[in-house]
Amino acid sequence: MAQEKVYAIPNITTPNTPVIFNPDICNGCNQCVEVCQIDVFIPNPEKGKPPIILHPEECWYCGCCVNDCRRPGAITFNWPLQQRGYWKDKSTGKVFRA
Amino acid sequence: MTKWHDLLKEEGKPPDWPYPIRYEEEQEIETDVLVIGGGIAGCWAAISAARKGATVALVEKGDTIRSGAGGPGCDHWCNVPANPLSNVDPDEWAQHMAESMYSNGIGTQIQCREDYDALLEMEQMGGKLRDTGDEYVGAQGRDEKTKFMISPRYTRVHSYIPGSQKPRTFKSNPDQKLNNVVIRVWGTTFKPALKKECQRLGVKIYDRVMVTSLLTEGGIQGARVVGVTGFNNRTGEFMVFKSKAAVLAAAGNFSLWMLNTELAGYNTFRSRNSTGDGVAMAWRAGAALTLMERTGIMMLGTGYKHTWYGGAGDASYENVQLVDANGKKLPWPTQGWADAGAMRPTPEDMEKISRGVQTGEYALPFYGDFPAMPDIERRATWNLMLGEESTTKIIIDTYNKAGFDPSKHLLQNYNFIEGTSPSQWRTAGGGGPVLDWDLKSTLDGLYVAGEQTFSAGDHSYAAATGRYAGRKAADYSQQVGEPKISKEQVALEKARAYAPIKRSDGIEWKELHAGIARAMQYFCSEYKTESLLNMGLDTLRDIEENHVPRLYALDPHKLMRSLEDLSLLTHGQIILQASLARKASSRMLNFFRIDHPEVDPPEWNKFVTVKLENGKVKAGELPLTYWGNLKDNYEAHNKDYQGVCKG
Ligand SMILES: Cc1cc2nc3c(=O)[nH]c(=O)nc-3n(C[C@H](O)[C@H](O)[C@H](O)COP(=O)(O)OP(=O)(O)OC[C@H]3O[C@@H](n4cnc5c(N)ncnc54)[C@H](O)[C@@H]3O)c2cc1C
Ligand code: SF4
Ligand code: SF4
Repeated sequence: MAQEKVYAIPNITTPNTPVIFNPDICNGCNQCVEVCQIDVFIPNPEKGKPPIILHPEECWYCGCCVNDCRRPGAITFNWPLQQRGYWKDKSTGKVFRA
Repeated sequence: MTKWHDLLKEEGKPPDWPYPIRYEEEQEIETDVLVIGGGIAGCWAAISAARKGATVALVEKGDTIRSGAGGPGCDHWCNVPANPLSNVDPDEWAQHMAESMYSNGIGTQIQCREDYDALLEMEQMGGKLRDTGDEYVGAQGRDEKTKFMISPRYTRVHSYIPGSQKPRTFKSNPDQKLNNVVIRVWGTTFKPALKKECQRLGVKIYDRVMVTSLLTEGGIQGARVVGVTGFNNRTGEFMVFKSKAAVLAAAGNFSLWMLNTELAGYNTFRSRNSTGDGVAMAWRAGAALTLMERTGIMMLGTGYKHTWYGGAGDASYENVQLVDANGKKLPWPTQGWADAGAMRPTPEDMEKISRGVQTGEYALPFYGDFPAMPDIERRATWNLMLGEESTTKIIIDTYNKAGFDPSKHLLQNYNFIEGTSPSQWRTAGGGGPVLDWDLKSTLDGLYVAGEQTFSAGDHSYAAATGRYAGRKAADYSQQVGEPKISKEQVALEKARAYAPIKRSDGIEWKELHAGIARAMQYFCSEYKTESLLNMGLDTLRDIEENHVPRLYALDPHKLMRSLEDLSLLTHGQIILQASLARKASSRMLNFFRIDHPEVDPPEWNKFVTVKLENGKVKAGELPLTYWGNLKDNYEAHNKDYQGVCKG
């Protein structure tokens, strides 16, 4: 197997993936880039491709990028691990986590 | 392949900056009314100024479509006593609200008189405020005729804590019917509608432009405001705006005490763009500010957890009973019809709960008992309130997708298990420019609205005060002569703002931010004395003199974050100065001086003001109700008020 090239890059910030794009559904319209008040994303250099996540640690989890996307399934929210909520079934007592 | 490092691997180089770099370019724009901040107040100001016939430019750091605290949504149109279902008189309600010490009587009176008109205008623009689809027939508070949905909030008094205010009978409501002063709304529809209306009215919107300073006539501190400088945070282009009147609506500062710059979106409650720029630029221009010494303790989102997840017991979880892990009810208000929307336990109940947790009487964790609710109330809370509230929409969508069913499942709450000490997590407590009955600051040509005002209210307050400031600014712009800008002042500001891009080494914005936050934590927190406060000023001066000159920014976005740090630094200095000026403690201001321990002594029940005069700090004071009779003064200043805009 060919060795993958390893780059020297700084640590990745936390969180780093506030959203997950589905490249099969996303058409790169960049609406999410525009509604984000923080500029978490930049347009992909390749037209028609999903945006690039550039400033993930500045996200304030408002959800507007996902709420306002007109292509269902193109972008899904990805809560950082420590922020995922819990709930409990009232009749069985079983605990779940998002 | 959507992460930066994916692209690096694919292309063998980091992506190019996606926007043209235009540091060398400059634009000059002229307008009658200039609005700083395109949030709720800013959009309303722009709309009402444009309706008065003024030319309007609106400058926004993000994109007006969803920017600001109210961008994602709003579920409570609070304090709207002029609505047809209300049982109290707007003036009496305003007076009631203004009676709490250090409130903003002027803003409150405007809100109570005019936010129902604003709401009806919101509907004209395409905002949804009624249950027109009959989704919630049978929910308590729903009115079949108007299809308005009244919220239980404030149905007795203007308070979240039961018993914190004396029960009272309003003259206008002698039979003590429910006050009905808060309306549930579909606020996710609001912000895009506001932007569209701005565009329809010909407001020139400058998105992704950060305003960095106010320009004054002759460049003189304290003179009339004649414009602003700014820059595009994507391209770096410098902008000079020349205006006859300006409305400052850039809201507050939520990260001054916040050490960590990662994950900060959770802790700050407001977005990262809320950095006190407005107060900092007003201060440098010479405006008098008040209540700057007040701080608030952040109860929300502390300890890296987002309490909007809270299951019950905060903001939009109306009518949800909090229970312990065994299903036992807690003496915690349900924020519902049973307790007039109260959301926090009384201190005695809180003590009881704490003790119960220690003794095992109440098992952790707690849960919001959604299944116990009547179906219609549950739907109103889950789908309407949490669905429309704001950042909660994505939260409930996430739960829904993951299989949470509110008719069967209890939603976990994080009180106690997330830690109970919020003391480090502070926020600036809503100080701002001193205002008159036109919402004008002490500087000619500068009006103020929304959370930028001292002791501001909420979304409908921002809408009503924005709408009011916009029309007053438009009137003023029609009376004054051409603004003259000082070239020297512009050049000085450009040199200040662009210094960080001239360097590629030194100190980066995140470290600077942490340094400033640490100084505030050490020297301006619960332990306040004259010498600690002075040490704070010394530390910030050291940062200003020795570290700011090393600040570097590698692109226009980082330049924006760097300049925000400079706002934070100035904001910190103002807070320290105001804290030195108040030589007494105060419960309402969350302000405790070890060297002046007497709490709220009568001689200190007044607004302390601070301002810069010829570069020197000058403290002053104003009486607590400096606005005089609310009703009379409102009427005297609004003889020509037209009510709801026709079409
Ligand atoms: C999660 C959440 C839920 C809420 N829910 C409700 C609710 O249901 N009901 C309610 O009444 N209130 C609610 N609020 C509060 C309400 O959103 C705010 O009171 C309201 O948005 C304040 O309006 P504003 O215009 O003063 O500030 P904002 O709406 O925050 O607007 C300020 C704007 O100024 C811009 N700005 C800042 N600095 C600069 C600069 N230097 N140059 C250019 N632009 C700048 C910002 O980008 C921002 O867009 C909620 C707030 C949050 C965060
Ligand atoms: S995720 Fe949606 S909004 Fe964003 S670029 Fe793709 S299709 Fe457009
Ligand atoms: S959640 Fe909000 S802040 Fe985060 S990336 Fe999406 S739009 Fe931007």
